[in-house]
Formats: sequence, C-alpha cells, structure tokens
Amino acid sequence: MSANLSSILFLITGVLFILALRGLSSPETSRMGNFFGITGMVLAIVVSILSVDIFFNNLIYFIVALSIGGIIGGIIAFKIPMTAMPQLVAGFHSLVGLAAVLVAVSAYYSPDSFGLGTFQDIKTASIIEMGLGVSIGAITFTGSIIAFMKLQGLMSGSPIAFPGQHYLNALLGILIVSLIGYLIVNQSTQIFWMLIIASLLIGFLIIIPIGGADMPVVISMLNSYSGWAAAGIGFTLENTALIITGALVGSSGAILSYIMCKGMNRSFLNVILGGFGTDSSSSSKNKKTEKKPVKNGNAEDAAFLMKNASSVIIVPGYGMAVAQAQHALREMVDKLKKNDVKVSYAIHPVAGRMPGHMNVLLAEANVPYDEVFELDDINNDFANTDVAYVIGANDVTNPVAKTDPKSPIFGMPILDVEKCKSVLFVKRSMSPGYAGVDNELFYRDNTLMLFADAKKMTENIVKYLD
Amino acid sequence: MEIDPFIFRLSIFILSIFIGYFVVWSVTPSLHTPLMSVTNAISSVIIVGAIIASFSSLEGSGISFSNILGFVAVTLAAINIFGGFLVTQRMLQMYKKKEKKKNK
Repeated sequence: MSANLSSILFLITGVLFILALRGLSSPETSRMGNFFGITGMVLAIVVSILSVDIFFNNLIYFIVALSIGGIIGGIIAFKIPMTAMPQLVAGFHSLVGLAAVLVAVSAYYSPDSFGLGTFQDIKTASIIEMGLGVSIGAITFTGSIIAFMKLQGLMSGSPIAFPGQHYLNALLGILIVSLIGYLIVNQSTQIFWMLIIASLLIGFLIIIPIGGADMPVVISMLNSYSGWAAAGIGFTLENTALIITGALVGSSGAILSYIMCKGMNRSFLNVILGGFGTDSSSSSKNKKTEKKPVKNGNAEDAAFLMKNASSVIIVPGYGMAVAQAQHALREMVDKLKKNDVKVSYAIHPVAGRMPGHMNVLLAEANVPYDEVFELDDINNDFANTDVAYVIGANDVTNPVAKTDPKSPIFGMPILDVEKCKSVLFVKRSMSPGYAGVDNELFYRDNTLMLFADAKKMTENIVKYLD
Repeated sequence: MEIDPFIFRLSIFILSIFIGYFVVWSVTPSLHTPLMSVTNAISSVIIVGAIIASFSSLEGSGISFSNILGFVAVTLAAINIFGGFLVTQRMLQMYKKKEKKKNK
C-alpha cells in the first residue's frame, strides 16, 4: 500500500476515534461511539498489515499472538465484575505502557525496518521521540502495576512514604532527562537500557506514596500517561493514527485528573507528592479522641424512617462497591417507590476509586440514569429532603470541609446531607474516613448510625419494608 | 525553504490535544468510567508499531529479537483492544435505559 494512502487511512482512524469519544456525551450515542472506535481499530490494524512486507513465519506468529491476546482480553471483559473496574483499567494501562516500551526497544534494535536509520545511528529527532516514548511507557507500566496491586488488595492501599523520597524522585527525574539528552550524542545500548530502568523505577516510586482514596486521580493520571506514551511512539514511527490517539487519550486523562483533583479541592502536585493526611490529620484525629455519644439504629428503624418519608436521597460511596450492595440497594429503592417515596441518587465526583465508578455500579443494578445526579445538580435538594441514606461514603459528606479551615479536607466540595431532616449512615465501624478526619455528622441528633456491612444492612431494610 | 515533516506531525498533535480537550469536556460525568476504558482501548492502536516490529526481519533472516518483542507487544495490545472495547460495550449496554438523557 502506498505511504500516502496508508497515511490517509490512518487519519480516518484518528477521526473515528474522535467520534468514539464524542459518542460518550450521552448514553444514547455512546454505543454508536464504541462502534466507531472498533471500526477505527480494525482499519488501523488492516492498514498496518498491508503496509509491511509479509513473511510467512512471522505471519503465523503474529496471528497466534493476536489470537492469544484476543482470547485473554475477551475472557477478562466478560468475566470481570463491575466492582473490579478500577483495577481492570489500571491493569490495562500497564499493558499499554509495556507495549510502548517493547515497540520502542524493537525500533531501537531494528531501526531500518521502521525507517529510522541504522542501529546506533538513528536520526536525532527519532531517538529523542523514542526516548520520550520509552520513558513514559515505562513509567506508565510500573505505575499502573502498583495502582493495580493497591486496588486489588495485593498490597496495602495506605500511602508508603520514606525519608528522602522526593529527593530520590527528583534525582531520577533529572537522570531521565539527561539520559534522553545524552542519547543524542551516544546511542549505546547501556544508555538506552539505563533510561528504561530509571523510568521503571520512578513509575514505581511515584505511585507507592499515594493512598487508596486518591486512586481516582492516579488512574486518570496513568490514563493520561498511556496516551502520551502512545503519542511519543507515534512521533517515532511517524504515524498519524498514533499521534492523534495519543493526544486524545493524553488530554482525556489530564481532564479527568483535573476533575478529580477539583472534587477533592487538592492541587495535582499535592496528590502526586502523596500522603493525604499523613501529618496534618493525625493531629486532628488525636484531638477528637474523647467519646461522644452516637445514636445507634437498626434495620427496622431505618425502614420505618424511609417508608414514612416523602423523599429520600441515596449517597453511595466506595463502601457500597466493596460490599457489592448495589443490587440490594436497587431492591430497597423499588420497595420505597411502591410506598410513593421519591428517591434519587447523589454522586460525589470522587466517590469510589475511579471517575464514574458509582454510576457504573448503579447502571449495573439497572438504576435508570435519570435518577442519578451529580453533586452540582442535586446539592440544593438536600434541604427539602426527609432522609439521606449514606451507604459507604464518609469524607464526601463531612461538613467540616465547609467550617474548619484547619481541616485537611477544608474546601472540598461536599454533599450537603446535613441539611436533610434525618441522615442514615451505613458504616462498618466508627473509624474515620480516608482523610483521617472525624465526621461530626455522626454525633448529631438527627443522625442514625447503622453499623453493618452495607449489603447486609440494605437487605435487612428491604425485609422490614414489606 | 522546505518545512520539516516533523512540524506537520507536531501540528496534528497539538490540534488533536485541543480536539480531545473539547470532546472530553462534553462527556457526561456518568460515563467517565466507560470513557476511561474506551480511551484505554484506543490507545492500544500502538499495535501498529507492534505490527511493524513483528515483521521487521530481513528476508530469510529468521525470527529476530525485534520480532519477538513485536509478538509480545501484539499480544499485550490485543488483550487491551478486545478487553477494552468489549468491557466498554458491556458497560454501555447497562446504560440502555428508558427516557431521555438526564439534564446536565
């Protein structure tokens, strides 16, 4: 296939991918969008195969590789529970990162096949692009592996910090930049592999100090990185489809990171430098050690309260995902609706472990998406609502974010559940949320604490609603 | 003086960032998880590089180190492509619900 024709077809791939993202502006058009995405991908693969010289042996191996990957991917896609989406996405990011590294290494060793020059005499522009691509790819790879392990519970979700961490990171960062620069004058294998190893190391070090509830930012950030890695490789290979896609994915991840940071009122740097509440919150935790009485309720009380309410707002959080309570919750809401209770759902931007996490779980439980509202759309309604049912959320409802400038979560937008006539908190224990801040709502007169697993409690409430 | 083709690619890159910026802001927040899985799937278009790597040997020279890297990269990208698009499809099916889109 001529280079011009293939370039135009790669451009069309890029356009199809833009349409794929565009489709997500509403649920109706989203499935069409996904179809555009698949078409674009098929086109890109076909054009690439037609553009290379086919050797029979390689073709066999290629088909085997594609099939193995396809089968694994297919099985994962059908088997994965919706609650595991965050770790799935993190895992997938690591694969993109690793693939970028492998392609760059391959291009480094056989630059002639990629049209980049000859071994250790690669064009200057190409070696810089390759260095950037391989470095970002390696960071994405190890960073995503750590994120995956934290989300999957294979390693502690709490921040891991050690003295001198930031200096080490800064040093590694400088080393990486210098190594990329040095590749221009010396393309030796040692320099190239040192670059890869330094990048793998920094990916690991950047993510370990970041704790569980900051995962929405981390996942979005790694999403962005995987895009920039693809773009870097795209520049190396002079491939339009990769450049366009890399830019789209890169900016998409960056926007999501921004939205997540705003949802926590934290700066991006603050999240990256890690350790939310490692110092400031420990003091506020100690301050509140004196025991205050809380009202402890059971399923029967909760059922009674909600049955006699005229409106209920459900506030789901990560605890709902952990307990897989979304189906029980839906059942409860159905019962309430039969009793003419108006029910809606309020989703905080950083509820859960990834952007949109709660929405997907509710959609899985067949909750119509027009009953689910974002913070800005529903926050004024709490004042006119009888009961707020907070299931597995904590920090995102804490009024201290509005009142105490010293609190680590001060300034974070919160759901105003305290304005409801009564508040039901389903929680496993009194332990403070991720930020380590005590929630004063627990001690209010109109708050009823329901200490139980979110799913069991909700199921019990359903029984009492009959 | 002729313009370096790199400048054209850079232009495409910069403009695509802006397109991405505006398109992604218009994505409804309830679809942010599918957005992540679909961007993940499309970033696997890195498979075009993996394909070049897979077929990069010279005629008759057998399977080279670069080819092996290529095959592994093809496998990884394929997991992502199939996994990413299918899981997105699975999620979007769940949003198949009554009435019109919620007021943003």
